[in-house]
Amino acid sequence: MSRFAQAFARGPALVCFITAGDPTPDATPALLDALVEGGADVIELGMPFTDPMADGPAIQAANLRSLGAGTRTADILKIAADFRARHPEVPLVLMGYANPMVRRGADWFAKAAAKAGVDGVICVDIPPEEDDSLGPDLRAAGVDLIRLATPTTDAARLPAVLEGSGGFLYYVSVAGITGKQQAATASIADAMARLKASTDLPIAVGFGVRTPEQAREIARVADGVVVGSALVDIIAEHGANAAGPLRELTSALSQAVHHSRKEPA
Amino acid sequence: MTERTPNSFRTMPDDRGHFGQFGGRYVAETLMPLILDLEKEYRAAKADPAFQAEFDDLLEHYVGRPSPLYFAPRLTEELGGAQVWFKRDELNHTGAHKINNCIGQILLAMRRGKTRIIAETGAGQHGVATATVCARFGLPCTIFMGATDVARQAPNVFRMKLLGATVVPVTAGAATLKDAMNEALRDWVANVHDTFYIIGTAAGPHPYPELVRDFQSVIGKEARAQMLSRTGRLPDLLVAAIGGGSNAIGLFHPFLDDKDVKMLGVEAAGHGLDKEHAASLAGGFPGVLHGNKTYLLQDEDGQITEGHSISAGLDYPGIGPEHAWLKEIGRVDYTSVTDTEALDAFQLLCRTEWIIPALEPSHAIAAVKKVAPTMPREAIILANLCGRGDKDIFSVAEHLGVEL
Repeated sequence: MSRFAQAFARGPALVCFITAGDPTPDATPALLDALVEGGADVIELGMPFTDPMADGPAIQAANLRSLGAGTRTADILKIAADFRARHPEVPLVLMGYANPMVRRGADWFAKAAAKAGVDGVICVDIPPEEDDSLGPDLRAAGVDLIRLATPTTDAARLPAVLEGSGGFLYYVSVAGITGKQQAATASIADAMARLKASTDLPIAVGFGVRTPEQAREIARVADGVVVGSALVDIIAEHGANAAGPLRELTSALSQAVHHSRKEPA
Repeated sequence: MTERTPNSFRTMPDDRGHFGQFGGRYVAETLMPLILDLEKEYRAAKADPAFQAEFDDLLEHYVGRPSPLYFAPRLTEELGGAQVWFKRDELNHTGAHKINNCIGQILLAMRRGKTRIIAETGAGQHGVATATVCARFGLPCTIFMGATDVARQAPNVFRMKLLGATVVPVTAGAATLKDAMNEALRDWVANVHDTFYIIGTAAGPHPYPELVRDFQSVIGKEARAQMLSRTGRLPDLLVAAIGGGSNAIGLFHPFLDDKDVKMLGVEAAGHGLDKEHAASLAGGFPGVLHGNKTYLLQDEDGQITEGHSISAGLDYPGIGPEHAWLKEIGRVDYTSVTDTEALDAFQLLCRTEWIIPALEPSHAIAAVKKVAPTMPREAIILANLCGRGDKDIFSVAEHLGVEL
């Protein structure tokens, strides 16, 4: 059983995102540990990019803080490998944009990610139509390519999105950028029903989820909930000392997600 | 094995939007269905004589086409070699070639039932052209412009506002063209239901590089016919400046299968290729940005580096994917000229022909200045004068140390 399968088999999972190297590469390991201690089931580690065009202001700023601190691809892979050594069971996802991933060749990146113990990769700007640029190398290296489905992904397109995808399906609940408005729970429930009919992959829902209350609502209908900008905001405020407040928010989120189906709606 | 050459250089992109290894559709999933729809709609429009007729009519009566083909006698004499001819796209309404593409795209937007237009702009020429067509057709328009460019291109910002556009200064990154494009993409992804993105150059996700090229190809089609009718022959060399490359591909494309016509694209070498510059082909590597695979200025980790040029319109770290392909297969030669060489060429054209060129085509003129003396007097060079220099007189004065 893969780490993803194990994590999602326990019930609704909390997926926590922070940007590697924010505020510095040295600070990231302790912040990741705080997420795990707070109860995160899956870690999504952002690879900073100069041009994060799918991200809202919070994660854009995190990308720039990280690059400003001198974060290099080698640092990110080391953060990942060290995380794997400290947390053998927690699934780890690298999330980012195509150019830093393909710069040295997709095969290089896929092998380096596998060697660092990365379970899956989310690449924002490689849709199924351009799968050749990254997908085959990831699959050959045994790393899951986690695809995104959105409110604009229609029935005709969905099979192409699912083809070759693994780990879990990331449902982007709003047409927009990270950290902005949240979708109505009813529309998320509809989307889950539609997606579930086409795939056995667990489905995690993200974009705009900030509070335990929102996370609880979504966890009632989805297999997982992704929280990013709210965590990144804490790092923006507390910098390298963010571990405490990160652990606190993650803990509140994870309790809400893990107990979501035990309480009356 | 025998070496194979394509029967035509004019059949790209392929059905996946690729020019060889370049181009493609590298966009977020939210945009993907939209891009596929746009391609379908563009195919239908291309096959629709009514669409073409409306485009042609607007180009003739609103833009002022065909633009003249002009033999530059005094410049030719001064350079002492090949005859220098100019395609006068700086005489278009709004002062540059950008309007050709905006007319085509706004007709497409209306055909698709979109009611709101967004665009990015660097120097402001594409922003002004977009705001112009929006005013002409009564559609609300939002222009994203780097805050740095807003400050250094104040007259164009005022023009856009006069035309009723909302200008949004973008403060992210270096606050220039690429950051404006990021912000336009962010707006688009959040407003896909009603918004059409008018991309200003022959780059971005398929089908943009193809449709921008097709709309701009009016430049080369006219020039080819005009040259044949005036001289009874084709030019020996075409020259055009390249930022994203829309004026160059517009001139080159109709000539690509004329095997005796050589072509030269001119990138901005800024302070020099060993310093800060915007020459993606000369100093970059293939990569993925803004929806397409092409040559990009970037570091060894794939982080995008800032372009620099005296010309805000060339100051972009990428280039249209068709140029990347034409370079790779060797059909077009590419060179670069520095800020200083462009400034000299700007003054040369003012002095010899009393034409004030924009700083963008000043790069093409600088290349002409180098190559014309090496060619025989019967040879013909055709350069694209893609924009007029009125917008640049303030920055040129500053560079020349003149107080206005």
